[in-house]
Parts: sequence; structure tokens; C-alpha cells
Amino acid sequence: MTLRLIDPHIHMSARTTDDYEAMAAAGIVAVIEPAFWLGQPRTSVGTFQDYYSSLVGFERFRAAQFGIRHYCTIGLNSKEANNEPLAREVIEILPLYLAKEGVVAVGEIGFDDMTSTEETFFHQQVELAKEFNLPIMIHTPHRNKKEGTLRSMDLCDEHGVPPHRVVIDHNNEETVQSVLDRGFWAAFTIYPKTKMGNERMVEVVRKYGSERIIVDSSADWGVSDPLAVPKTAHLMIQRGIPQEDVETSCYRNALAAYGQSGQFNESDWLEPAPIDQRTLFMGNSVLRGQQPRVDESAQQEIIR
Amino acid sequence: MINSSTAELLQTWLRRHLSAENLAWIEDGIRATHSGNRRTFSLTFSMASRRLGKADLEPKAEDLLAADGARPGWNPSRWTVDQAARTLLVLALPSQDADEFVTTLDRLFAAADVGELVALYQSLPLLPHPERHVLRAAEGIRTNMKSVFEAVAHRNPYPSEQLAEGPWNQMVLKSLFIGSQLDPIVGLDRRMNPDLTRMLWDYSCERRAAKRSINPELWRCIGPFADDAMITEMTSVLRTGDPLERQGAALALASSPHPAAARGLEEDADVRSCLTSKLWTWPSLAEALSQQS
Repeated sequence: MTLRLIDPHIHMSARTTDDYEAMAAAGIVAVIEPAFWLGQPRTSVGTFQDYYSSLVGFERFRAAQFGIRHYCTIGLNSKEANNEPLAREVIEILPLYLAKEGVVAVGEIGFDDMTSTEETFFHQQVELAKEFNLPIMIHTPHRNKKEGTLRSMDLCDEHGVPPHRVVIDHNNEETVQSVLDRGFWAAFTIYPKTKMGNERMVEVVRKYGSERIIVDSSADWGVSDPLAVPKTAHLMIQRGIPQEDVETSCYRNALAAYGQSGQFNESDWLEPAPIDQRTLFMGNSVLRGQQPRVDESAQQEIIR
Repeated sequence: MINSSTAELLQTWLRRHLSAENLAWIEDGIRATHSGNRRTFSLTFSMASRRLGKADLEPKAEDLLAADGARPGWNPSRWTVDQAARTLLVLALPSQDADEFVTTLDRLFAAADVGELVALYQSLPLLPHPERHVLRAAEGIRTNMKSVFEAVAHRNPYPSEQLAEGPWNQMVLKSLFIGSQLDPIVGLDRRMNPDLTRMLWDYSCERRAAKRSINPELWRCIGPFADDAMITEMTSVLRTGDPLERQGAALALASSPHPAAARGLEEDADVRSCLTSKLWTWPSLAEALSQQS
């Protein structure tokens, strides 16, 4: 049986069509692509604008060709927030994009180096989320993670944003307890070397259960794995985690958290509207019972 | 308020779908746009699909007749509610100053999502200053997103009226290239030209050399200007092709003034009767192909 899965944090613009095919074959029906940085800092507001346009435009179309629904979050990431003059220009164009179709949150925002400039734009974007009635996706820093996580939650509280409207991402064993205790969604990124491994993830779910726990890949242009969510889901099942908890942490919670935007609905992929099927969405190959990819591998040697 | 008849039609159809509250919301947006309120325009334009949904507009047969009467060639049969609302907003923009109108449109296109792009491109035939949107239409044809391409190319009279032969031919060739249909292109037969025939013929030769299939709709643009080699090829497709390939070849041979074309058709009485009884037509072939894919 194939599980139905969501990867609620993955940077598909940096991935190939092979990835899309493999993800669809592994049961991924929807992805959320948070706006973030491109590995090197941008130098003008125009490149931000084109990037946001591609997230609500071409990437959405590209995913649909493989039967995967593509959504995004729009925001100024913490790393690039440190270029203050540019950051101010970027904040100005965000309202152009926050109401676009398929935008499910403001994000990923938060702290990188925990500078005061980062904090300024963090504040401003939390206010934007309130104005546009959108959930918030928070990136927690690689360095100084615990403090960055706590400070991020405090900042949301200061603005009166209820914790169920906020996903705190890139958690680990050190941060999960406080995030859950305070009522926020706790997302975990299964990313080799720098973030979580999936064996550790299995143990987190064994210990904390699946309530408000979300699994994602954050796969991007670095060495990362677009199949991290399906691989983790299968490992959970192999190691005796109840299927209910697997579905909750790898599908249902993401749907509930980002569904608060009104832009992320199960019916989008289960019963796509006729107009949508005509013009954009090509239908999910998994739901149509396509042959598994392994059976095609011999043929794929030949490029037609 | 807007008094052009295309806008009136759109408003009439929208009224059938919207609650009183949503109708008031969009009418307020249209009024504010008309009086030059940029911020309300942007917000209403952006929010249209979230607020009003994307249901099919479902114009009736008499609506489509009225559409064609108000704007010859305008075919909103596949429009949706949000697209109609967005078009009304664009039609409400102040447009006396053509430069300013085009600048506003450019800004709108620059920040548009897929749904907005489709709405904007399919509204081209309704916009004031038609001669000022030629580059925009050509830009739409260069897109990689099929739905956006088809918003320009399909059921849209703008390209056949405004595009020069070069971009027109590119549009037809690209339709085949991206697996899009030819039949919904408005003015396809009227804008046939020998250059297009040569381009599509070269393309078909390339496909054949690569052992790839050839869309039977391609022959539609070959028939009227076919030379000896093209007639020979179509005759061979008529003999050995699959059922839909044979239909395409037969229809194209029937449209050719070349004497050899008629000879190719003479051999098969069944084919001739399918043609004369109109069992086979270009629209029915396009329909059959879309069922197949």
C-alpha cells in the first residue's frame, strides 16, 4: 500500500524532473516550497521579484505536470535580511505576492545570526502575516538553535499570534519539548549531516507521539534527499510506529497547519476542479496506479 | 461605470454565480478601479480567485452568440468566474492615456501568478489600444507554461488580428511542439501561408527522421500549399497511418488544389464518403485526439 504524503518544506526550484517523478511514485501528493535564499546573496529587488514570481508561476506548473500539487510560502529569509537597504525594498513588494494563489504562509522567516536587523524584519513580517491572515513558517538557526527557537516563539507571542498559527521548523531533540509545550507546531527536517536523520526521527515520534509533529525534507541545492519524507514514513512503519502516527506526522498535520491559509485543501489533489485539470493539473500518477518506477528503469536507459 | 458591451456581458454572467456579498465586493472593486484607486485595484485583482472561487462561468449558447456579436471572435466558453472578474477589473482601469495603460498592464503581468497570467492573456482581445499589446502577445507565446500559452493561442481572436506573419507562424509551430491543439486557434485557416507550410513540413521531416509520431493536425497547414513531395507523403500516411493519422491526411488532401491530391483520395471510397458526409472534420479530429491523450 502506498501512503499518501506531503513534503511541507522542499525547495523544488533547485531539483530535477527525476526528483518530481520519484516523489510522485513514492506517494507525495503535495509540496510546499518556502521562499528562501539561493546559496549566494541576491543583489537587487528585481531578482527577489522574479524568484517570487517563479514560485507562484512556473514551478507550480512544473510540479503539476508530475501530478504533484505545489504551494509556497512567501517571505524574506533571515540570512538576506541582513542587507538592510535591500531588505527594505523586498519587504515593500511582499504584499504583491502574499495573496497569490497557493501561498499558504509567510515564510521562511526567523533568525540566522540573531542580529538586530534580522529581528527588525522578523517583526515586520509577523505583522504582514496578521494583515494577510496567513500562518507563519519559522526557520530556526543552525547555530545557537535553542536560543533562536525560544526567541522566535517569544517574538510571535509579543505580536499576539496564537501558537497554532505558527510552524517552528528544523527542530531537534533539544528543542522539541519546549515547542510542543508552548502549543506551536514542531517540524523536523530530515537532512543528512546538518539536521535530523530519520532513525532519530523515528525515536522522536516514539517518544512524543505525532500530535503537532511534522516531517519535511528541506531538500534544496545542497546534498539533501527529496525522498526524505517517504523514507522516514517507511522507516517508522518498519520500526513499529502505528500507521496512524505516520499519517499524522507525514500528511495530516501539514494539511491542518497550512490549511489555515484556506489555500491548502485535500480536495485540490483528491478531486481537482475540471477547469484546473484542463489547464494546469495533470492528475496524480500514484492515484492512477501507474507502474512503479523500478519496472521502467531498463527502458529509461534509452532517451527518446 | 463601464458601459462597453463586453463588460456588460461579463457582469451579467458573473451575477449568476456570485452571492450578493461577493457581487458587492467585486462591484466596489470595479468602481474604485474606475476612479483610479490603484491599491484597491491590485488587492481586488489579487484576491479575486480566493474570494470568488474558480468555478466555470458556463456561458449558455445564446451568451456565446452575444459574445461573438459584441466582439467578433471572442469565445469565453471556457472562462471561469475569477477570470471574468479579473477581466472586468482590467477593463475598468483608466485607459485614455495608452502609455499609462500599458505601463499598468506591464506591472500587473510582472507580478502575476499562473491564474492571473491566463486571465490577462485571454482578455487581450477585449482591451483598449489593441495595437499596443502585440509584444505582450508575443511574450505570452514564448512562455513555457502550457495553460498560459493556450490563453493566447486558443479561442482568442487577438493573435490572428494583430500578429505579423513571423510570430503567427511561431505560435502555430509551437502549438504542435508543446503538444497543444491547432483547431482552437482562431483564424488558423485564414492565416495559412506558404512559409508556415514549409516550417511545418520541415518539422514533420525532423519528426519522421527521429521516428517520432506526427500530430495529424499538422497536415491541415500543409494541404493548401502542398507540393509534390508533401502530397506523396500525405498519400502514404493515408494508406499506412493509424485511424486518426489517416483522417488528418485525408482532410489535408481534400483541401489541396494540387491535381495529385485528388488522385490520392480516389483510391478509397470509404474515405471519400467520410469526407463528403462530414463524418471527418478538423474539429472532430481534434476532439478525437484530445480523447486519446
